[in-house]
Amino acid sequence: MIQFVPRTDASGPWQIATPILAVLATMLTGGLLFALLGHDPVAAIRTIFWDPLFGMAASYSRPQLLVKAAPLILIASGLAVGFRAGVWNIGAEGQYIIGGLCGAGVALALYPLDAFWIFPAMVVAGLAGGWAWGMIPALLRNWFGASEILVSLMLVYVAQRVAAWMAFGPMKNPEGFGFPGSRNLQQYPSASNPELFANTGAHWGVFAALAAVIATWVLMSRHIRGFHIRAAGTAPRAARFAGVRPQVLVAFCLGLSGALAGAAGLFEVAGPAGQVTDKLGTGYGFTAIIVAFLGRLHPVGILLAGLLLALTYIGGELAQLTMQLPAASVQVFQGMLLFFLLGFDILTRFRIVRRVRA
Amino acid sequence: MDSATVFRADGIGKSYPGVRANDDVSFEVARGEIHALLGENGAGKSTLVKMIYGLVRPDDGRMTLLDRPHEPSDPRAARAAGVAMVFQHFSLFDALSVAENIALGMENPPPRRELADRITKVSHEFGLPLNPARRVVTLSAGERQRVEIIRCLLQNPRLLIMDEPTSVLTPQEAELLFATLRKLAAQGTAILYISHKLEEIRAHCDCATILRHGRVVDSCNPRDHSASQLAAMMVGGEMRPIDRSGRHAGETLLDLRDLSLPAPTAEGVALKSVSLSIRAGEILGIGGVAGNGQEELLAALSGEMPSAPGTLTVEGADLSQASPAARRRAGLLAAPEDRLGHAAVPDFSLTENTLLTAGDRKSLVRRGLIDHNAARDFAQAVIAAFDVRTPGPGTAAKALSGGNLQKFVIGREVMQDPRVLVVNQPTWGVDAGAAAAVRQSLLDLARSGAGVIVISQDLDEILELSDRFCALNEGRLSDPVPTEGLTLERIGLMLGGAHGMEEARI
Amino acid sequence: MIDPLSVFLLLLSASTPILFAALGELVVERAGVLNLGVEGMMITGALSGFAVAHATGNPFAGFLGAAVAGAAISLLFAALTQAFLANQVASGLSLTLFGLGMAAMFGKPLEGVKAPPMPAGPFGINWIVWLGLLAVPAIWWFLTRSRPGLVLRGVGENHDAAHALGYDVRLTRLAAIAFGGAMAGIGGAFISIATVLQWTEGMTAGAGWIALAIVVFSNWTAVGVLAGAWLFGGVTVLQLRLQAAGVNVPVQLLSMAPYLATIIVLVLISGRQKYSRRAGAAAPGSLGRNFHALR
Repeated sequence: MIQFVPRTDASGPWQIATPILAVLATMLTGGLLFALLGHDPVAAIRTIFWDPLFGMAASYSRPQLLVKAAPLILIASGLAVGFRAGVWNIGAEGQYIIGGLCGAGVALALYPLDAFWIFPAMVVAGLAGGWAWGMIPALLRNWFGASEILVSLMLVYVAQRVAAWMAFGPMKNPEGFGFPGSRNLQQYPSASNPELFANTGAHWGVFAALAAVIATWVLMSRHIRGFHIRAAGTAPRAARFAGVRPQVLVAFCLGLSGALAGAAGLFEVAGPAGQVTDKLGTGYGFTAIIVAFLGRLHPVGILLAGLLLALTYIGGELAQLTMQLPAASVQVFQGMLLFFLLGFDILTRFRIVRRVRA
Repeated sequence: MDSATVFRADGIGKSYPGVRANDDVSFEVARGEIHALLGENGAGKSTLVKMIYGLVRPDDGRMTLLDRPHEPSDPRAARAAGVAMVFQHFSLFDALSVAENIALGMENPPPRRELADRITKVSHEFGLPLNPARRVVTLSAGERQRVEIIRCLLQNPRLLIMDEPTSVLTPQEAELLFATLRKLAAQGTAILYISHKLEEIRAHCDCATILRHGRVVDSCNPRDHSASQLAAMMVGGEMRPIDRSGRHAGETLLDLRDLSLPAPTAEGVALKSVSLSIRAGEILGIGGVAGNGQEELLAALSGEMPSAPGTLTVEGADLSQASPAARRRAGLLAAPEDRLGHAAVPDFSLTENTLLTAGDRKSLVRRGLIDHNAARDFAQAVIAAFDVRTPGPGTAAKALSGGNLQKFVIGREVMQDPRVLVVNQPTWGVDAGAAAAVRQSLLDLARSGAGVIVISQDLDEILELSDRFCALNEGRLSDPVPTEGLTLERIGLMLGGAHGMEEARI
Repeated sequence: MIDPLSVFLLLLSASTPILFAALGELVVERAGVLNLGVEGMMITGALSGFAVAHATGNPFAGFLGAAVAGAAISLLFAALTQAFLANQVASGLSLTLFGLGMAAMFGKPLEGVKAPPMPAGPFGINWIVWLGLLAVPAIWWFLTRSRPGLVLRGVGENHDAAHALGYDVRLTRLAAIAFGGAMAGIGGAFISIATVLQWTEGMTAGAGWIALAIVVFSNWTAVGVLAGAWLFGGVTVLQLRLQAAGVNVPVQLLSMAPYLATIIVLVLISGRQKYSRRAGAAAPGSLGRNFHALR
């Protein structure tokens, strides 16, 4: 008979081993799935995980790694802080969209003014927009006890419709021949978020993501507020006893993760995406949830997990082109990854013991 | 086997990873007998009865019930064989009605209306009236226990197990419970009674089996022994008497005036116009049955629940609205009842757990940044001074035994040199050695000039420690009386007597 | 002119997917499990139901297939939370993400295909709408009057006590989760087979999340779920009517209505429930907590 016995100390080696196991299991199961669909599993896995970095088209796809990883890491860093505290912001996608809209709004309102402060002002607007969108579930939870999970998620659908409205209405490019979508900010130097070093993919968002990793790392491991956040997540009553006010914590976590998601949206709309369209939200906000868990809610882990999931995006596109794999296979991969991670997680919390009956 | 024997255990053993919970346990319970199972926390009493009730399977040994082998695969099998059990932490469902709770404890409950009638009938027969339609969440602790007992009685059990049933009752309510048990025993039911309260075992039980470290160390007729002899058997040695000397009441340190607070949750209790004061060098004992406002009073003092301005002053400063951190800076410290999850974070190391309360007073946190070395040193100091048995300050709080964690929690506060320390249930679920150490540390703290408030359900503990006594009953605090010459009966009346259970007197 | 009867019929139809999903989730939550994967199970049902209906030409076979597929995918969540003791919030989310991905991947070949026609039921109302309406009293009876329902509520209210009394907490929850999956599957299939009449990616559009909100709104009762589903059906119909009437508000803003209504309802209802545990049946006591016992 097999039995799970709770560990008294969180297991260090397994904390690192389980994400790796989950990735391997996902590759294996994903390969099986592709084989079922009639593709060569080995080729598929190689196309997704190897070719973007070392294959023939690597010179094109390598810079894409940072472009895709930056928003994931930026959003996930904020989400992880909240998840540690037991504050479930699953509406980062909405905060990302609103942040992007607010930042772009500043640029579009000032067009064609040329000034050095426009881009910084857009960053502030992006942060503020995401923060405000995140504060809605925070305040509704604090004032009325409404579930932040459901409210933040509902606000994603609302944000998507706001983006569509903006793209078809107020923010539509007046010189766009009636096509939906705003002016292209890449062609507006004061407002654009360009690649700073050629062929690296590194735009301002990449540096923001690195800064977020370092800042959340200091917060969670060195600062007393980070200690309070961790305490509140595992033992809320003990946190209150220590002096934590739960309502302040809820507002802090949702505000922080909202602001970071908003900034990610701004960097995207002013950089790689270039304009406001009804497809502004591309799912980074949801994938970032997987990044946060895969990184074990630890800033350094999130950095690595963000790079890995960025790889699956790029590899997935590549596989779509070269092997005609369905576009959604990336999504399936990411979902599977989270499944396996959650399943293997038991190894960090329990010892598996075989009992022999007398 | 004697035909009067209802239940027999032969060489029962049970191991968990790293622990031998029971080892070669043998005893017998006869028809109509109230048989005590006596032992300290962690002596293996609970594991033993869980095996009899089919919740846990023994590794070795045999059990016999009514001359048949007793090997229940689950509690339903045990119930079918004639075993019933009243749990220490009630196994009730708050949101469900009394009748639904009872139906869940029966194998084949009759239809709703018939069941309701039977509950009303049986509960009146035994003098434990119950309304089957009431929702359990609205019942008092004593009434909840009635639900458990009626649930057992409806099954006509041959063996009734009671796990520390009086820990939530006033002395008067406990008397009523024993009257019921006597009546049952007279009808031939065998009763296995688990407790560590020596006096009630001496007064009511016919036979006692004493467990220590999972083994039977003795069995006797408890009436032939004094309480201190029983304690010595239970603990395995004489207890060192506690030193109460050298304390002088000084100036008033803390003043609580007319404090009222609404209940924080639906299950909570409102505090109604509570007043008290504590002087330097003094220990004030606050007694009461669980759920009469103890947690709320501690929260009002620790700062988890702020109160109206002017209600709480410490050394002249109004702290009514102050945060827990500000109160700690002012010298008002607290140690809540629930060690795992309230006084300490179970998953955190002892080092991290010092940061919960000692950040400011011990300079473990400066300008928001944590000094991990200082925190580890402080944890190490507490471990050394309070003899906390642990591999080191890096160990998770949940890995410590109850007694060792309690020593750490109390030590963490005492070593911050508080002006006033408030503790709730300082020795609940703690072995005798650790309990004595904790009590002595509270006395030493008072001797050094601090004021100490001890909230406890253990009346013996309060009589042993405190200079003055108040009773907390339904959120109201009585006027203090000196502890000198106070009897348990007088205290019981101060605690509200039998809480409206008079009609149940037989 | 607005004919009240035809509006009511539209409302019934618009509320049916949410009604099924929310009734299923009601049973799951009453057993003490919070499954945030409703959206994923609905989209799975929408796709597999449509696929079976298309392949067999029989819409009812499609609903059966949707129920089986919904239950099957819910077992992934059950395995994670009941066997591997994973966090229920994270597991539910992963079920939603996984379900949406799988459906998008396998649904490609079915895009642009038309659903087989569905015979009308009594009074011209769809058979599945009738089934949903019948499920309300059936689930009410099961939860409040039947013995297995009592055990299920006991498990959800206090799993430690239920275990102590000898009930199998995990098995009960496993059954509840599978039932919830089947119901969500049927709800999703109603969208593809009976409403939209074709398969499109992401067609459940948050209905699963709204169903979760409705369970809160219902105060964990079957009748409350019906009221909530009708309320949202009403908001949806109203919004579509306004769009059709050419009101001078952008379409995108009108289509926010169901989501905004969900938030408003959550605010109103949550404030009321905060202190009502003593007064009425509120959230089950063990909701969202995993159960583990050493034997």
